[in-house]
Amino acid sequence: MCLRMEHHVVLDTAHQAPTVEITVDGRPVSAYEGEPILAALLANGIRVNRYTVKRHEPRGLFCGIGQCTDCAMIVDGIPNVRTCITSVRAGMVVETQDGLGKKVAP
Amino acid sequence: MMIRKEVVVVGAGPAGLSAAIEAARAGADTLLVDLNLKPGGQLFKQIHKFFGSSSHRSGTRGIDIGKLLVREAQEAGVELWLKSTVVGLFPGYKVGIQRGGDDETKELVTVHAKKIVIATGASENVVRFKGWTTPGVMGAGAAQTMVNVNHVKPGQRIVMLGSGNVGLIVSYQLMQAGCEVVALVEAAPNIGGYAVHAAKICRAGVPLYTKHTIVEAVAGEDGCLRQVVIAQVDETFQPIPGTEQTLEADCVAIGAGLKPSAELLRLLNCRFMFSGAFGGYIPLHNEKMETSLSGIYVAGDSTGVEEANTALEEGRIAGVSAAEQLGLIDGARADARRTEIWERLKALRQGPFGERRQTAEDEILREYAAQVGVPAEEVMPEVLTEAI
Amino acid sequence: MGLIETGYLEYAELFSRQTLPTQERYAKGPVAIAECVQEIPCNPCESACACHAICVGEPITRLPRVCYDQCTGCGMCAAKCPGLAIFIVNKAYSAQTATVSFPYEYYPVPKVGDVVRGVNRKGAYQCEAKVVKVLSPASFDHTPLVTIEIPKHLADEVRSIERKCLA
Repeated sequence: MCLRMEHHVVLDTAHQAPTVEITVDGRPVSAYEGEPILAALLANGIRVNRYTVKRHEPRGLFCGIGQCTDCAMIVDGIPNVRTCITSVRAGMVVETQDGLGKKVAP
Repeated sequence: MMIRKEVVVVGAGPAGLSAAIEAARAGADTLLVDLNLKPGGQLFKQIHKFFGSSSHRSGTRGIDIGKLLVREAQEAGVELWLKSTVVGLFPGYKVGIQRGGDDETKELVTVHAKKIVIATGASENVVRFKGWTTPGVMGAGAAQTMVNVNHVKPGQRIVMLGSGNVGLIVSYQLMQAGCEVVALVEAAPNIGGYAVHAAKICRAGVPLYTKHTIVEAVAGEDGCLRQVVIAQVDETFQPIPGTEQTLEADCVAIGAGLKPSAELLRLLNCRFMFSGAFGGYIPLHNEKMETSLSGIYVAGDSTGVEEANTALEEGRIAGVSAAEQLGLIDGARADARRTEIWERLKALRQGPFGERRQTAEDEILREYAAQVGVPAEEVMPEVLTEAI
Repeated sequence: MGLIETGYLEYAELFSRQTLPTQERYAKGPVAIAECVQEIPCNPCESACACHAICVGEPITRLPRVCYDQCTGCGMCAAKCPGLAIFIVNKAYSAQTATVSFPYEYYPVPKVGDVVRGVNRKGAYQCEAKVVKVLSPASFDHTPLVTIEIPKHLADEVRSIERKCLA
């Protein structure tokens, strides 16, 4: 089910940004360049961003403004990226994060 | 890497934008920092028309006030860093910033300021019930951000928890987005927000469950929210067994209030006090919006949860005061501006909703006079007798 | 139980807080009814009215008072009110029917000629209604004012229509 809002009386929902393709857990997903990664995932029905360390419980959007880290995922190999405040770029590789994520060499 | 600025404003919501505009217009070299992708704070989520008076641009939508402020900041020459998180405040007015770039790289930068304004807003309260961590359960502000900024629905069938203005307005905005609000759940016997907001959603057919709470969020096989169980509560807000009802829903929006976020000021041992009317611990400030540390100002929801109009006005006071302290505005003119702004703040804090906040603000100013008096020039050692 | 317990205004509560138009005034044509009964700092209705028919005054928490004889029922106040709490009622529309104009900000906005379902303040279905006018000029800032024709005896009750919720 697509959750994109196509009509609104007050807001202009026409999209200015170009459509790009990103991969999420290996699958291609259509997104708008520049939108938060989390918005693109939600629009495509993807609601789980990561799993917790101890109990492997799913987490998804909670605060939406970069405060709670429930939306953290691995983006282009880097873990703990807050997808609610990180913009989509064409070709981005997004992965569901399991636990803490591996440390990335600088 | 060290950069010098005269005024650094942390947070580009209505308070921060206003403070930066005032400082820059007075001639201060001003930097405005925000961790989000766009400026405006909560303003660009407020697609409804604001209350207040004509001097508060009443009848204008929050988004349009936001656009105006951003333009004014640009025209005033404010430098804006987005995707940049302030990670530390250090003695000597040094601000540690994780600066974001266009290509998502981040670099650690220290900005050496002369005056700092903290306008970091507030964060959403949480109500815990069984299953509250299930994907699909979120803050009401998060739901609002998704529809009004990102144009994505957070779900199709929403249960809203909380009937304060956030719960009421966001319910309305979710319906504008095409969602169904299947219930508005409120533990108290009364609606907490403005009656006119409640009236809108009642005539839209949203069932209102006062004296109820959520007792469980039930996940489906995919681990995401599928059902919500609500129950009636007694006078002590405890769920009454046997009154449970199950609602089909894929989203719970928790609108249970906000608490001020001024944690950065803890790093400099600024004095705080607890203010129930304002939502939690707030930094003590005086009529110039100056904290217990000289040259550090505060404005907006981080000084007490209110609304965009009060944030705008407090930001103006902070910006004027910072510019005055830099010698860019003379004392008499600064006093006149502040007097005029405090009158407008008083007007906003009238009536049954505002009176409580006016009383609380008076108390803060009294406590500042009693505990601080004159702001300190250097960071004071931590006051261990204070409960934090 | 009042508005703050139930979320909707019973007519009796409105009657106790606002002076409503006389039958004579209703018989003359459309008139603005401000269903604003709570003291909050707010006054854009006052400056919206070109006829100066609405007064809030100072302090701005005062409830708006409509001078019904000066009011022409143009709807500017209804579009400007941040609470969407003002309605234009015309009990003189025809012998059997009245019209109610209300602010409506949901998609899809109905069109003239549409048959819709009129609801009361509780959102409960009252009657079928025909849309006779939809005003959405730039000055209304994206708050369309929808006018529906309803049986005259429901003119004090019908205040909106059922939304067509998009699945």
